[in-house]
Amino acid sequence: MRLHETWSWLRSSPLPWLLLTVGAYEAGRRLRARTGHPLAQPVLVALVVVCLAIEVSGTPYADYRSATQLIAFFLGPATVALAIPLHRHAHRLRGLVARMLLGLVGGAVVSTTSAILLVRWTGGGEALQRTMAPKATTTPVAIALAQRFDGVPALAAVFAILVGTLGAVAGPTVLGLLGVHDRRARGLALGAVSHGIGTSRALHDHPVEGAFAGLGMGLTALATCVVLPVVLALVM
Amino acid sequence: MSGVIVGLLWLLSCQLVGELAVRLTDIPIPGPVVGMVLLLLVLHLRHVDEDSPVVRAGNFLLSHLQLFFVPAGAGVVVYLGVLREHALPIAVGLLGSWLLGLAAVGWTVTLLTRVRADLPGPLAEGPEEVEEIE
Repeated sequence: MRLHETWSWLRSSPLPWLLLTVGAYEAGRRLRARTGHPLAQPVLVALVVVCLAIEVSGTPYADYRSATQLIAFFLGPATVALAIPLHRHAHRLRGLVARMLLGLVGGAVVSTTSAILLVRWTGGGEALQRTMAPKATTTPVAIALAQRFDGVPALAAVFAILVGTLGAVAGPTVLGLLGVHDRRARGLALGAVSHGIGTSRALHDHPVEGAFAGLGMGLTALATCVVLPVVLALVM
Repeated sequence: MSGVIVGLLWLLSCQLVGELAVRLTDIPIPGPVVGMVLLLLVLHLRHVDEDSPVVRAGNFLLSHLQLFFVPAGAGVVVYLGVLREHALPIAVGLLGSWLLGLAAVGWTVTLLTRVRADLPGPLAEGPEEVEEIE
């Protein structure tokens, strides 16, 4: 028995982490299908399981990250694919373009400004304010903006994913409480504040909400890139 | 299965062109978002149907979008100390600005929709276009 060699192969192979990540995600999907509870989001279940496994096994995060490169890679083509629901529902944009742009640019200003001010008023330092500011954008944009404007890029990615998960869990309920019932407005709002993760919840709930969430996500990324330097110049 | 491969080729090509365009012009947008706009153009120009390879491959990836965020999200383990130390500003900042942003976009789009719907003539929104939840 070559126990030692096999063990060291297993420790350096990406397979266990890939299996764990996909398996935990699948468990989350089954939990969602069975319970229908908003907390049963596959991303949340997978994150809890994976983080526990990383902590318990004492694995450096960098090792986990490189083992699961294959999974992270598909975020790119999946983002490109958001054009598909958008194309299918493009006719619903008629008469909505001006309102949508106003809403999304306004949303980007409100998101970034309130993130900076709320962190400041509750005692957060300047680096934390600059890291929190771009968190509504999709992960790669949040990273790029935090880098450009002196935040902490990896922490910005974590904030973006936390706020995305929040949107997947609570977004539709909160939109109902806010009295937003138009499917297009709901999708735009959820995509605008919770990017791809909110969009995946919207896609799961209703195809029109999903299409508009993808649009809200893409345009918010653009709007935030334009708006953030101005907001920072005004409030920092 | 060959259909899915053809679809994946389309998606990756759009992403590659997007990534190249972003780097060549130095615009601060991620490559995949530019790729999304490109694919939208392709879909518009080629009149693809629901069963085409790119739609099937794309819909498959989209139905598992949440999975692809897990590797980056697990980075939270590196910052557990920071999160604990600055728990109040982080919690208030995340929750507060998320809620304000959600309300800002949701209300702006719906309020303006209602105002427009009150107008007579071609500016008015037809009832069939406003989809309400049952």
